[in-house]
Amino acid sequence: MSEASPNRLAYWYRSYQEQTESVTLGIWLFLVTEVMFFGGLFTAYAVYRAQNPEAFAAASQHLNIMLGAINTAVLIGSSLTVVLAVWAAEHGKRKALAFWLIATILLGCVFLGIKYMEYAHKWHEHLVPGPHFQFHDAREGVHAAVDPDRARMFFHLYFGMTGLHALHMIIGIGIFGVLLINTLRGKYTQRWHDPIPVAGLYWHFVDLVWIFLFPLLYLIGRH
Amino acid sequence: MSEKHSIGLGTYFAVFGALMAFTALTVWVAFQDFGVFNNVIALGIAVIKATLVVLFFMHVIHSTPLIKVTLVSSLFFFLLLIAFVFADVWTRGMFDHPASPPMIGG
Repeated sequence: MSEASPNRLAYWYRSYQEQTESVTLGIWLFLVTEVMFFGGLFTAYAVYRAQNPEAFAAASQHLNIMLGAINTAVLIGSSLTVVLAVWAAEHGKRKALAFWLIATILLGCVFLGIKYMEYAHKWHEHLVPGPHFQFHDAREGVHAAVDPDRARMFFHLYFGMTGLHALHMIIGIGIFGVLLINTLRGKYTQRWHDPIPVAGLYWHFVDLVWIFLFPLLYLIGRH
Repeated sequence: MSEKHSIGLGTYFAVFGALMAFTALTVWVAFQDFGVFNNVIALGIAVIKATLVVLFFMHVIHSTPLIKVTLVSSLFFFLLLIAFVFADVWTRGMFDHPASPPMIGG
């Protein structure tokens, strides 16, 4: 603090605390719009699932629960590294902050890598909606044929929702890359480091979306 | 300097452990047969996990009332969206012909 830390307080705020409260409200307002953005997709999913329970149950059999669970653990782990990064920033520990930011970026990349493996597998199984879409009911002991068009609706929603989520992950990794560069340049001090918790809130929100996507897409109707 | 609103590291690790445990639990439940309760349990666990993330990782438990109101209002409007869409879809055609089945649950 004694070092010549530049003034980061915008002139229209009376204190750093007031500035922090203001930017925190700003990111929360953005997250509200994100809730409605994903909320529309969740609503569409709920309506189609309610209308086609059999087809959706059959289609979800083609998702790999193990990969989905591993990715859930990876994202929860990345949320932990984010709060540790925020904690390090609050306590002025620059090296620890850089370390946890790198860990977050790496975990984000692991998530996307596993997601890529899942997508590639779906592609080879002709489960990507499009001209090559083919659907076979993989469940044992089920004789009533499932309408492929209804199963395709599941995969439309699967790729739409997980794709939008993955896009948010890619943007998040980019944001954390910028935070890392600024951290290494010594831009953040114990007194001013608002971008760290603000980006952290965005990252946690993306984790929250996955916490609901995982049971809805992978788990429901599997037993 | 801002210790008064800080959450301890021990809390973070405890929340992380709980989130991992709930993830393992929800995967295990998916392979059991509890009838309609499978869906209820899966969504219930997701809500518990989301609450833990929001309260502790996103610091809402120590946030200003303004943030809390913002969060609750967004959830309210999301539930409003779900409620009105289902009120529409569920009742479509219900009053056209006396014997026509509902769009959902048939």
